Amino acid sequence: MKTIKLEIDGQQVETAGGTTILEAARKAGSDIPTVCYDKRLPPYGACRLCMVEIDKGGEKRLVASCAYEAEDGLVVRTETPRIVKIRKMILELLLAVSATGPLEALAKRYGLKESRFQGDQPKCLLCGLCVRYCAEIKKNNVTCFIGRGIGKEVVFQSDLSHSLCPVCRECIPLCPSGTLYSLYLKGYSGSPEPGSNKGL
Amino acid sequence: MSKLSSAAELKRFRQDVLSRRDPNKPCLSICLGTGCQACGGEKVYQAFAGEIRKQGLEAKVDIRRTGCHGFCERGPLVVIFPREICYLKVTPADVPEVVAKTLVEGKIVDRLLYTGEDGKKIVHEGDIPFYKHQSRIILGANRLVDPTRIEDYIALGGYSALARALFVMTPEEVLDEVKKSGLRGRGGAGFPTGVKWETTRNAPGEPKYVIVNADEGDPGAYMNRSVLEGNPHSVIEGLIIGAYAIGARQGFIYVRQEYPLAVANLTVALEQAREMGLLGANILGSEFGFDVAIHRGAGAFVSGESSALITALEGRVGEPQINYIRPAISGLWGKPTNMNNVETWANVPAIINKSAAWFSGIGTRGSKGTKIFSLVGKVNNTGLVEVPMGATLRQVIFDIGGGVPGGKKFKAVQTGGPSGGCLPAASLDLPVDFEELERAGSMMGSGGMIVMDEDTCMVDTARYFINFLSEESCGKCVPCREGLKQMLLIYNNICAGKGREGDIELLREIAEVMAEASLCALGTTAANPPLSTIKYFRNEYEAHIREKRCPAGVCKDLIRYYIVPEKCQACLLCAKSCPAGAISGDKGLVHVIDQSKCTKCGACLEACPSRFGAVTKISGKPAPAPVPAGTRVQKRK
Ligand SMILES: Cc1cc2nc3c(=O)[nH]c(=O)nc-3n(C[C@H](O)[C@H](O)[C@H](O)COP(=O)(O)O)c2cc1C
Ligand code: SF4
Ligand code: SF4
Ligand code: SF4
Ligand code: FES
Ligand code: FES
Repeated sequence: MKTIKLEIDGQQVETAGGTTILEAARKAGSDIPTVCYDKRLPPYGACRLCMVEIDKGGEKRLVASCAYEAEDGLVVRTETPRIVKIRKMILELLLAVSATGPLEALAKRYGLKESRFQGDQPKCLLCGLCVRYCAEIKKNNVTCFIGRGIGKEVVFQSDLSHSLCPVCRECIPLCPSGTLYSLYLKGYSGSPEPGSNKGL
Repeated sequence: MSKLSSAAELKRFRQDVLSRRDPNKPCLSICLGTGCQACGGEKVYQAFAGEIRKQGLEAKVDIRRTGCHGFCERGPLVVIFPREICYLKVTPADVPEVVAKTLVEGKIVDRLLYTGEDGKKIVHEGDIPFYKHQSRIILGANRLVDPTRIEDYIALGGYSALARALFVMTPEEVLDEVKKSGLRGRGGAGFPTGVKWETTRNAPGEPKYVIVNADEGDPGAYMNRSVLEGNPHSVIEGLIIGAYAIGARQGFIYVRQEYPLAVANLTVALEQAREMGLLGANILGSEFGFDVAIHRGAGAFVSGESSALITALEGRVGEPQINYIRPAISGLWGKPTNMNNVETWANVPAIINKSAAWFSGIGTRGSKGTKIFSLVGKVNNTGLVEVPMGATLRQVIFDIGGGVPGGKKFKAVQTGGPSGGCLPAASLDLPVDFEELERAGSMMGSGGMIVMDEDTCMVDTARYFINFLSEESCGKCVPCREGLKQMLLIYNNICAGKGREGDIELLREIAEVMAEASLCALGTTAANPPLSTIKYFRNEYEAHIREKRCPAGVCKDLIRYYIVPEKCQACLLCAKSCPAGAISGDKGLVHVIDQSKCTKCGACLEACPSRFGAVTKISGKPAPAPVPAGTRVQKRK
């Protein structure tokens, strides 16, 4: 496969064709934060924490590094004031939904003390990791999204979860918001009351 | 109908249709567009058909069922050719008189005419100010064709652009012509159409696809619907020409489920085009083959976004996708795909027929041709308006739209649909094109135009759009979903009198990040309503936050209704009108509103006769204490 040469944070980086900026940057030691990324799954592009700045057509463009493929000669900056501003706001928005370990660590990294926003905690971040993992890797399709906009939710389809979840539970450690873990602690073992679709 | 197997046969067919038509024979063009249908157009049509039969005039008069003429406000519309007499708000009861007087005697029925500002009646459609200031390249044909009769379209020269493209031009020449015309996408982003076509044409991979985006999820916008319902062949012809230039053999029209008449008329049009050899293998006897399928989409605003629409066509949930490879290169099923808006496609036949030079002669430096706007809200003449790019907001809203009704003052116009910006009176002389609108903090979008008068609260307006977007976003990416959620909370607080210092800045901070970081254009443009209203109407935000006052008197939590004792004539009218039973009073007693019971519906204000004007709306301060019982005896003037 073709080798791509690009510049990330001032460093010359070589990477295989088809790799994303995120993958190339991580290999080169640039620590780009992500929430909705999992290397086993196709990029989803939902959390927007991985945004970086590239020079394109004489302009500085912002792109999600988890989905943008490395190109020859591309100049990438992974942490500029513009990016920090975006990450801080996204983290502040996310902290209102869930202030769990990984998010608090990121907040600390970006010097964010507390969120100005309110919300009931912890709530699902809708990162889609559980839904995509269950569908694309386990091929179980137990979890799915319903609704849209601010009413969007993840639900377990109870008929399936009843039989499939107790022998899997692989989504629980993937969940960055901790909602799956707290459900698990509450005894939710994939067998809720018959017929009820459990929203997270 | 038999298959046409050459350009010459198309020409002959057209001449044949024309030779059977007498240009002097009266023809009633009756609008059966959605607007006119809603106010009884079908009954008017039936009444005319019945009356003409009764009078034995079938051979002497033609009747044509058409799509929207544009002036929906005054529907049902009837235009009588060849004199182009335009009758407005026609009812079945008017029909016998119109037939007897106009069709038989050639006289005008005055009462059905448009009345100008000076009180003069206007007979001809083209002289009505609403139409006079328009350039209707696309919409103008609607009143001339019955969408279910392909011969009507062909009589106007329809499909001659296709014949020209197929037999006189190479695909490259067609592409070049569209590029030179300067046509830009009418779906919102204004991307140069020819450039997009070229990318798809040159992209490796077969087959290639072309798509008509007829999702039109923007509430209040209905120009796509009107073109599809009224003149579907113009879109189909544009699409075939595009497919020829791009090298596509399959096309899709993605129409929202809520447009049954558009689907019906398109279905008929596609069938007729196939029957006549204008679709399918060997179009008009050429080597070129192409066909089209209709896809009915469950209408959500966000499913009109191109990657969402493509996902929906593939049979998955229509949600914006993260993909930095453009659909032009990898679109439907990973194949090169060119998607354009209905109005974009409908411009193509005219460009091929009349040349790129003609088209680029209309409009501004960066935006060529015309644009259709749906003019709604607080404006006298609502309807569909087609003007050259660069017409000013003032021309559209005042010359064509007739200004704000009821002698009220113009306050703002929102352009570009729910995620467009609100522009103030100072922007009225802005020439409307892609660049100028964006520079002013708004956008072209699909061409929605909502006029607002002095009684509109701009904070409440921004809240309304943020609420709409928070429900209509797909909810996938964080800045858009969580940003909208938090903005909505802030707006609800401000409108409820709970706004805090710093809220304006916080709204701006969220909006700026949304504009930069959202996954699709819904999120990036959702910043427009807050940013533009903060920019132009900051004082209204400050009044809400600092003085707990709604200057327009709209936000219910910030207003009180109060009866001025000195003005009250104790007529009982307000008390009778109050659904909450909040008004006490009696004959000879000054009426008083119990603030704890009042639901702020405003019925009392409406009910109080304007010559008394006793009921008032107060904002920013508490209502004065009620008059003590002893002094409530009303003094008559
Ligand atoms: C939220 C959203 C909704 C959209 N809705 C429509 C629509 O209803 N019709 C449309 O033609 N384009 C719509 N678009 C724009 C399309 O993504 C795309 O740019 C357009 O169809 C391309 O055609 P054009 O180049 O002819 O404008 C929408 C975009 C967004 C972000
Ligand atoms: S439950 Fe957890 S893993 Fe699943 S979408 Fe929500 S935050 Fe992501
Ligand atoms: S910007 Fe909004 S509509 Fe677009 S992908 Fe993100 S959440 Fe969905
Ligand atoms: S505003 Fe409505 S509820 Fe209040 S007093 Fe007037 S009529 Fe009654
Ligand atoms: S990692 Fe979430 S958008 Fe890239
Ligand atoms: S529907 Fe009749 S004029 Fe628009």
